[in-house]
Amino acid sequence: MTANGFYEEIIIAGFGGQGIMLTGRLLAQTAMEAGKEVTYMPSYGAEVRGGTANCMVVLANEPIACPVVGRPDSLIVMNKASLNKFAPRLKTGGLLIMNSSLIDTEPQLDDSIEIITVPADELAVELGSPKSANMVALGAYLQKRGHLTPDAAAQALPDVLAKRYHKTLPVNAEALRRGAEFAKACCTSRAKKQ
Amino acid sequence: MSERVLMCGNEALAEAAIIAGCDAYFGYPITPQNEIPAYMSRRMPEEGRVFVQSESELAAISMVFGASATGKRTMTSSSSPGISLMQEGISYLAGAELPAVVVNVMRGGPGLGNIGPSQCDYFQATRGGGHGDYRTIVFGPSSVQELVDCMPLAFDLADQYRMTVVVLADGILGQMMEPIVLEKKPGRELPPKDWALTGAKGREQNIVRSLWLPEGSLEKHNNKLQAKYEQVQKNEVLCEQYEVDDAEIVVVAYGVAARVVRAAVNKARENRIKAGWIRPITLWPFPTEQISKAADEFRIFLTVEMSNGQMVEDVKLAVAGKAPVLLHGRPGGGVPTVDEILDKIKQLSIPTKS
Amino acid sequence: METVFTRTPTFKDCPTHYCPGCGHGIAHRLIAETIDELDIRDRTIGIAPVGCAVLAYDYLDVDMIEVAHGRAPAVATGMKRTNPDKIIFSYQGDGDLAAIGTAEIIHAAHRGEQITVIFINNAVFGMTGGQMAPTTVLGQITATTPQGREAAGEGFPLQVSELLALLPGAIYVERCALSGAAGIRKTKKAIKHAFELQVGGAQGFSLVELLSPCPVYWRMTPAESMEWIEKEMTKVFPLGRLKG
Ligand code: SF4
Repeated sequence: MTANGFYEEIIIAGFGGQGIMLTGRLLAQTAMEAGKEVTYMPSYGAEVRGGTANCMVVLANEPIACPVVGRPDSLIVMNKASLNKFAPRLKTGGLLIMNSSLIDTEPQLDDSIEIITVPADELAVELGSPKSANMVALGAYLQKRGHLTPDAAAQALPDVLAKRYHKTLPVNAEALRRGAEFAKACCTSRAKKQ
Repeated sequence: MSERVLMCGNEALAEAAIIAGCDAYFGYPITPQNEIPAYMSRRMPEEGRVFVQSESELAAISMVFGASATGKRTMTSSSSPGISLMQEGISYLAGAELPAVVVNVMRGGPGLGNIGPSQCDYFQATRGGGHGDYRTIVFGPSSVQELVDCMPLAFDLADQYRMTVVVLADGILGQMMEPIVLEKKPGRELPPKDWALTGAKGREQNIVRSLWLPEGSLEKHNNKLQAKYEQVQKNEVLCEQYEVDDAEIVVVAYGVAARVVRAAVNKARENRIKAGWIRPITLWPFPTEQISKAADEFRIFLTVEMSNGQMVEDVKLAVAGKAPVLLHGRPGGGVPTVDEILDKIKQLSIPTKS
Repeated sequence: METVFTRTPTFKDCPTHYCPGCGHGIAHRLIAETIDELDIRDRTIGIAPVGCAVLAYDYLDVDMIEVAHGRAPAVATGMKRTNPDKIIFSYQGDGDLAAIGTAEIIHAAHRGEQITVIFINNAVFGMTGGQMAPTTVLGQITATTPQGREAAGEGFPLQVSELLALLPGAIYVERCALSGAAGIRKTKKAIKHAFELQVGGAQGFSLVELLSPCPVYWRMTPAESMEWIEKEMTKVFPLGRLKG
């Protein structure tokens, strides 16, 4: 956070094929269309071998210093390896969106961190689109942060999704909304404990 | 044309080159700039222009040499190890006075190093890089938009001065996406390429050469090059500065490092520390005068680089002993953070007993 | 009196710097004649190598460029791709083409670049003082093979034209010898054919290899050199069409 108030650094991580890069690009595109400053930084080269994928997105109301995110405000993790790698880097008071369909452990994190566990794969399967788990998770993130709406993301989707997948636009829009609803309804796992 | 689009640096600079009238692209894959040849392989044929994937960087720069000699606008791109291989051709381009644009999306070195972002080729770029007494014009853009904006200028300067222009980006700038505006703007008025090899139709033969054997002829040629470089130094420096007038600490940085510096200096000002920054946009010609002027009043200069200190030598030359010059360097793919630079500024701003 | 020799306009009227009995002068003349006969001077661009022929542009009156050692085929690629209507030829020696520039020549042929390459094979590095070339024959004494070239450690003579002829991108590869009137006539025909292919827009790469005398570093008289080409060099580098 800076004087202008809004500076959000996000890491999105998972394995190859989960649509991690697309999720980051969609977030960046949505933010750009909303008139925000934004950077998107993919992992590249040898880093992406071995099936892991992550990207970094920075959203702000002022020029962005660096697209490389060391300590994120928010983290969306789609598998366990990513949780283990990135969760310790979360900032105090940060937000963790965790795909509980593929992560069965509870991370040991400092109390200030808000954890949202979303069964993203299950919810996507329910919608009849198993590949849309990424959109469910993004929807949950957008709902929790509130700076951009799931509908705005749905509107930006055609700009980042390759034409040949455009038939999936409605179901992905639905997945964004479903994730948002889930986040609205559910309590954080930590809150549950209290 | 003027809407904002989200593009990664590599693709954005490639499209900017096409808009700037690049006739031919030659290149060999290397991370982190592979999006450039991939993009060009699709877009250049669409525009009826030339794309060739060469067998090596040596060949790529030689293809550039050939196309340029016929008067075409041409470019190549690579990353650090590949740029080392291209130095042969860049030296010949300098000797033969052929225009060319070379993009270096720097990665960590020496050797194979890594594919992380780096600024470790500053020396190589700003000192010519290959053998012989020559210079290249070097841009060090710090955002995808600036990368896009420097491409047409790079082609214009190359044609105007018959020189190689190096665009020095890094892995972050090449890979990151940022909103940009792609526009065709009017370019410079340029001299005709009457030296080009087009077939000696109705004129005497043209010869493009870098060999000068008769006694004294190479010295004369070198002096001619030098006179040209002096013109570039006089006329083409680009530099940006912020809050330098009352600054006690001036941070000098270029490229991605300068973005981080800008944020750190803003925070320092919020902390009532009198800090400012100078950002060279052309690394050669270097903004020696601007920095020298800033050093006329006593201030501390801090150079922030993604290397173990290369540009800092130019800052020292500019400051010429008038003020202390310190370095904060992050080599090998390390990227400085805002807090790290802010801490450094804070340390320097604590008044010390002399 | 009958005129037996007239200077062709593209061959400049000036003394060359080549040694007496050297093959370069003849090769230049044959190229110049070809350019004039095909009437392509005003759209031809030549590429001079690094080697004895580095100053070829002093003798050939066409637009010319001098390039880094071995890179002529890549330079030619850059020229031809951006100027498909121009006739692009490179002139390269055995150090240039068969040593330092092997990658460039193989890949230009491999891509089927529509260029013409004149390859001067004199089995030795001339310009630098008579060192071993990849094409130096076994037993040949050079500045860097004082005991004569040995296969063990120095390799056999490299038959680049045979290698290139294997590539689908090469449409015409022929080896000729600049020895004797008949050899020179054949050479002229081959050079002309290679240029004609390009002028006609043939889809591919063409190369003519010329076995060429270097009396100085062969330590022979010009006459002995001619004999050595015919008796010794052609054993390792057989003459004739290898492709096309
Ligand atoms: S050294 Fe050999 S190749 Fe070179 S000019 Fe003399 S004879 Fe010709």
